[in-house]
This record gives sequence, C-alpha cells and structure tokens, in this order.
Amino acid sequence: MAMAHTPPSKRSVEALLVGLLFGFTGVLGVLYGARTWLPPLASKHGAGIDAMLMYLLVSVGTLFLIGHIALGALIWRAARQSRITHRLTPARTEWAVSAALGLLMALVAEGGVLAIGLPVWSEYFAATPPADAVLVEVTGQQFTWNVRYPGADGAFGRTDPRLIDDASNPIGIERSDPAAADDVTSVNEIAVPVNRPVRVRLRSKDMVHSFFLPHLRVKQDAVPGMTIEIVFVPTREGTFEIACTQLCGLGHYRMQGFLHVVPESEFRRWMREQSGGS
Amino acid sequence: MAELDDAETFETEVDATVHEEARLGFVRRYIFSTDHKVIGIQYILTGLLMAVVGTLLAALIRLQLGWPAHQWTLVGRLLPGGMSDGVMTPEFYLALVTMHGTIMVFFFISYVLVSGFGNYLIPLQVGARDMAYPFLNMLSYWLALVSALVMLGSFFVTGGAAAAGWTSYPPLSAVASAVPGSGWGQTLWILSMALFIASFTMGSLNFVATIFSLRARGMAMMRMPLTVWSFFIAAIVGLLAFPPLTAAAVMLLFDRHFGTSFFLPSGLVVANQLLPHQGGSPLLWQHLFWFLGHPEVYVLILPALGIACDILPVFTRKPPFGYRIQVYCLIAVGALGMVVWGHHMFVSGMSPFSGEYFTLATMLITIPMTIFGVNMMASLWGGRLRVTTPMLFTLGVIALFGSGGLGGLFLGNATADMQLHDTYFVVGHFHFMIGGVTLLGTFAGLYFWFPKMFGRSMSELFGKVHFWLTFIPFFTVFFMQHFLGLQGMPRRYYAFTTYEYLQRTSGQNLIISIAALTLMAAQLVFIANFCWSLRKGRKAEANPWRATTLEWTVDSPPPHGNFGRALPVVHRWPYEYSLEGSDNDYTPQIVSPRQAPVTA
Repeated sequence: MAMAHTPPSKRSVEALLVGLLFGFTGVLGVLYGARTWLPPLASKHGAGIDAMLMYLLVSVGTLFLIGHIALGALIWRAARQSRITHRLTPARTEWAVSAALGLLMALVAEGGVLAIGLPVWSEYFAATPPADAVLVEVTGQQFTWNVRYPGADGAFGRTDPRLIDDASNPIGIERSDPAAADDVTSVNEIAVPVNRPVRVRLRSKDMVHSFFLPHLRVKQDAVPGMTIEIVFVPTREGTFEIACTQLCGLGHYRMQGFLHVVPESEFRRWMREQSGGS
Repeated sequence: MAELDDAETFETEVDATVHEEARLGFVRRYIFSTDHKVIGIQYILTGLLMAVVGTLLAALIRLQLGWPAHQWTLVGRLLPGGMSDGVMTPEFYLALVTMHGTIMVFFFISYVLVSGFGNYLIPLQVGARDMAYPFLNMLSYWLALVSALVMLGSFFVTGGAAAAGWTSYPPLSAVASAVPGSGWGQTLWILSMALFIASFTMGSLNFVATIFSLRARGMAMMRMPLTVWSFFIAAIVGLLAFPPLTAAAVMLLFDRHFGTSFFLPSGLVVANQLLPHQGGSPLLWQHLFWFLGHPEVYVLILPALGIACDILPVFTRKPPFGYRIQVYCLIAVGALGMVVWGHHMFVSGMSPFSGEYFTLATMLITIPMTIFGVNMMASLWGGRLRVTTPMLFTLGVIALFGSGGLGGLFLGNATADMQLHDTYFVVGHFHFMIGGVTLLGTFAGLYFWFPKMFGRSMSELFGKVHFWLTFIPFFTVFFMQHFLGLQGMPRRYYAFTTYEYLQRTSGQNLIISIAALTLMAAQLVFIANFCWSLRKGRKAEANPWRATTLEWTVDSPPPHGNFGRALPVVHRWPYEYSLEGSDNDYTPQIVSPRQAPVTA
C-alpha cells in the first residue's frame, strides 16, 4: 500500500499521545467529578432528586470512563496496524451491535428515569397539600421577593395590580378586604417551621423569575399572569439562600432571598413579630 | 439555470456557461456570485469573522466572572459604554451574554457549518453543477449578511444591544423599561432574527431541492456521503422548525411597538408602572422559541457529525461501521428532535404531565444518538489510523459528543433538571454539544476541505498544535462548568459574590477563566495558519487525502460548473477504501465496476 513508507515508530508515538489524551480525559474527568456534590440537602422530596442525580452520576460516569478509555485504546490499536484488518462488518452484526447499544441505553436512561425519576416528579407535583401545610405567597419583582402569609384567618386578601405602589403596597393588596387585615408581609425573608409541609404560591408582577432553593432542591419559575403552587417539606433547621434562576433584568444576580427554617415555637414568634410590625 | 429540466439540456449549455463565467467581471464572480462555491466560502468567511466577535464577547464575560469587580482600565478605555471606569456594568454583562450566544449559534455555527459547508459541498458531493436555485442561494447569503450587520449594529444604539438572553423571554424582551437593552437593541435583535430565518429558509430549500433533484446518475440516496445526508436532514428539520419563530418574532415586535398582548398578561407592573396589556402568555413565547430552538440544536450538530463520519474513513482507510444504520439514526434524530422542545421548560410552569411526556421523548432520542456515536468509534476498529489535523479534530468530535450526550441524560430528565435547570450544568452541556461538537467539526471540515476550496494546504504542524491547544482547554472549561451547575451556580449571573453557598466556586471560576482565555488565544494559531496558507500554503493536488467522494475527482479549486464537460456517473458508495481487487487503497465513486468490484 502506498502509505507504507511512513516509519511506524513516529506514527505510534503521536497516536499514543492522542490515545492517552482521551484515556486521561476519561480518568481525570471521573476523578474530578467524584469530588463534587450538591449543597447539603434540606428537604424531604430532595432525597429523591439526589437519588436520581447519584444514579446518573454513577451510571453516566461509568459510561464516560469506559467510552474514553475505549476511544483511546481504539486509536492506539488502529495507529499500530500496518494494514486494514477489518474492512466490512456483516449487516447482521452491525444491527446486533446497534440493537444491543440501543437496549443498554434504553435500560440506563429510560429505566433509571422511569424507576427513580418519574415517581419523584409525580409525588412532588401530584401530592395534595396536607391540611397542616404552611401557606406562603411569594411574588417576584425586579429584584426582590415579596412574601405574604394569610394570617390567622388562613385566607389571603384580594390584590389588584392597580393598587400597586412599590414603596407602600408592592403587591397591591386591597386594604378594604377583611381577609387582608391579618395578612403578614415581608420582603426577601421567609420563615417556615421545620418538618412541616410548605405550600408556596408563586406569582410575579413583572418578569419571569425563578424561585430556586438550592439546598431544598426546589426550582420553579414565577410567571406573570400565572399562580403556580409548589409543596415541599424542609427537614433541617437553618437559613437557606433563595436565588433567582430566570434572567429578569440587570439585578438578576442579586435577587437574593432567605428561607429561615426554624422550630415551630420560633416560627410562631416570628409571625407575631411580623404582624406586629406591619 | 433553475428552469432547466434535466442534466442533458444542461450539458449542451455548459460550454456557454463556462465561457460566460470567463467574461463575468470580478463583482459578479466573487461578490454577487450565484456560484455555490463562492457563496459557501462567503458564508464561511462571514461566519469566521462573526466568531471573532463572539469570542471577544466571551473573553469579556470570562474577565468579569474570573475577576469580579476588577478594574480593567485599558479595556475600559476601549469600551466606555459598558465599562466606563474599567468595571463592567451588569447591563453590559447581560448584553455580552445575549450577544455571545446569539452570534455563536446563529451567525457562526449556522453560517460556517451549515450554510458554508452545505453550500460548498452538496453540489460537489452529489455531482451537480450548482444548487437547484442559484439566484435564491445568492439572495440567501446577502440576506444573511444584512442580518449579521443588523445584529452587530445593535451594539451601537441607545441602551446597547439586546440583554434578554439569546432566548429573549418576554416580558423582559417585550417591555422597553425592563432592562436597558430592551430598547432598540431588542428590536434590532428581533429584526435580525427574522432576516436570519428568511435567509436560512431559502438556503434549506435549496439544500433539499438540490439533493432531491440534481444528484448525478447512479448517486442513489443510499450512495450519498453521510455529510450530504446530515445536511439533508438538517435542512428538512430547519424548514419545519424555523418559520414558527418568524411568526413569534413578528408577534413580539407587535407587543413591543403596537400595543398587542400576545406574550404579555394583564396586571404587569414594571418600574412601578401598570402596563395596559391584557390576556397574553409569556409561556407561549417559550413554546414557540424552543420549537425552533431545540431543532436548531440538531440542525447544527448533525452536519458536524456527518462531516466527522466522512473524515473517519479517509484516515482509517476503511468504510465506516454501519453506514445504513447511521442514516436511519440521522432520520430518527431529525424526527424525534422536533417533539422534545419542552425539556427546556420543565420548571417553566407548564403542566407537569407535559414534563413527563417530554422526559420520555427526550430519553428516546438518546438511543439513536448513542448508536450513532458508538458506530463512529467502532469505525476505528480494524482500520489503519493516519493522525492528521482533520482526523484529530474528528476524534475530538467523538469525545465531546459522547461526553455532552451523557450530560444530556441529566437535563432531559425532569426530575434531575429541577435542580440543574438554568445552572452552569446547562451552560457546560450545550457548549459541549452545539459549542464543541460543532466547533471541532467545523475545524475538522476546514482543515479537510481547505485544499479543495483554496487550492492550497494548511500547515499540518500548526494544525496539530491548534488541536492540542483547543481540545484541552475547551474540555477543561466546559467539563468544570457541569460541576459548577451541580453546586447550584445559576447562569447569567453578573457576579456570584452575593451568595454564601457559592463562595467556594470563585477558585473554579478563576481556573475556568484562565483556561477559556488560553483557548481563545490558541485560536490565533488557527487564524495565522489560515491566512498564511491562503497565500503561501503548499499547492494542493486534486485529491491530497486520497479520498473517494466526487469533489476530489475535480481540480482544487474546482472550476465553475464543477465537472467540466460531462457530469460524473456514480458507480459505488462513497466509502470504497482498501477494496480487494483494486490497485489502490481507495476507489473513487466514479470508478466503473469493470475496473474494481462494487461493495455497495
């Protein structure tokens, strides 16, 4: 063959380097990835999301490692050959290999998602909120989170966008509505009791925002014109940051809020303080 | 020429055409040209220039993220608008992010990889003299250029360029007071996108028509190179998926300037001002955008994969593994790619049932993509590897496609996406796929077809240096970003200093910035090699890689009309390497069965 005069040694060194590049990419990638994990978990349903992510990290990490090492090895092998050792594969073998790969991927991807992922998803969205849940309304605004509790009567007062004034009435509460009288409001601070379900009613008055609680594995867009309800159970006391994860303007990066997960007694005290203050 | 019915009629006119070509002045030959090769090269050069702009924007982004609030006095002097005292403003940062994404996706990758290579290669590889509609083709390029200029122009209007992200979600993109860039910058963005889609539609129409009707005798569909197949599928997907965004762009324009409420609901209060809109839905835009946006990903990535599939056999001297299966995978991916857009919207507030559907559909698409990727790897089996620059980039395509594809399993899955959505995991993932696979595919194609396009070869040594300096930093940057996302770092943040839980990411951001700047600097090697080789590169013969497809049977660069007096007749598939009973280790598609046995 025409190309046989290239000295094999030189060819091999370069190919070895290329093979090692991809092999090392796989190994170093897995080593690096194995060191990283999510912010420490603080919610009940989050355990399911973490299980899904762990399953993916392990299965995908394995495939990533095998794939890169195989690529490196194939390069190294093909570079050392002085002639073609395998030209055409019979169609039957090709189909068999493809079918096997398809099945493997279906098993890893579909299987994992069906078995681990979708139950978590449907439990998160389909569960009817328990009667003892704490109800909170969160209204996104450039670049703050307006928080409101219904107060003792358990009902939010009506709102009307025409009444909105950023300084005195940021979400436009109708003060004449009796249900509004005991509504408790705060800005960027939410307090909830630990281990009790929280129902968050998400709204937005201007842009699409996204309510992200990294430690609680909660993320939901707040869309103007829609009221979206999510339910989660905080399982750990502490103060957790709320970040906006949908681009909402130049202050998007500092649209920060805090979720205080506190014991039941402290929660009641906080509510009293807030209602007294407003 | 388009009205000619068949190749025979065409033949008689070839001489006339060739002579007419010689008479054409410089302007008609190289500027307002209807020759698919000139148009292809025009697209490629325009796209590469846009890539330089996009890269500089990325450099500014990385300066800000690596060294938040640092005072870059010198850069500040160059950019008094966005960094007047050397410190970047948040609104300028958002304009950078928006324009980097828009330019790279629509004006670099689409132009170079799809329109550029597509125009250049399709007629040559199917054995046609030109595209089916050469005038439409010229129109498509000039509209594309206008579209690019309008987009660039938006940097210079009051309020600066669009700043609502490349996805331009309303109300941010619909309400002028929402963000400084939502003034004229956003209007120009919308106009530019509408022009882009019009231009791309003309191009895609040409691709499909040419492949259907102008294939040379003997060029059965199942004898087309995978490159042509990938352009074919990409063009069909583009034709089906892009026009809805034109409609959406017009609707958004009306919402902005003429008081309609397609995307704006009642009761919006922006900057303490109640807006008069009522009854619209921001989610409608998201659906329309991703109905284009997701298929767009496949429009971009499929040609890169097709090109990689065609470069592999040349440098392993054997046919690819599973040609037919690869074709079916391309078709399956094209079809499934149209019905998975909702996986961008798992947390958008659409019905959770839709989320379940889009999860399952997205997981289905992993099957043909896995088969496709592993078949590319299997094509190395039993071959005899020549390590050349195009081959190195092709191997890089395989590695990035595998890595990025595996990352897709996280994001295509609603449950995992709840945590990862709109974090840097997404940024890392799509940079591997529509950033990396396409970038490396573009480079593989440029190094491979440069001799054909310009009649000279690029330097192999500098090409290889370019590969190493590109692959390693590229992989580092975007691999690490996946894990920033896992740590919960949101995208499109001007700074991460406000958040306690993100404090530990500052070191990683610094490393990423250094790697990214290295990656950008390394592209100077490519630019130097490209410019130097254009003038001084070694003269290329007709078939320097000893390849089998039709473009290598004609001179480098090919003459006007591509194939001299007679159109080629095709006798075999495009992968006739190391054929037993042949004198050479390659047998071009035009070699008759009398001279060498036919595999397929």
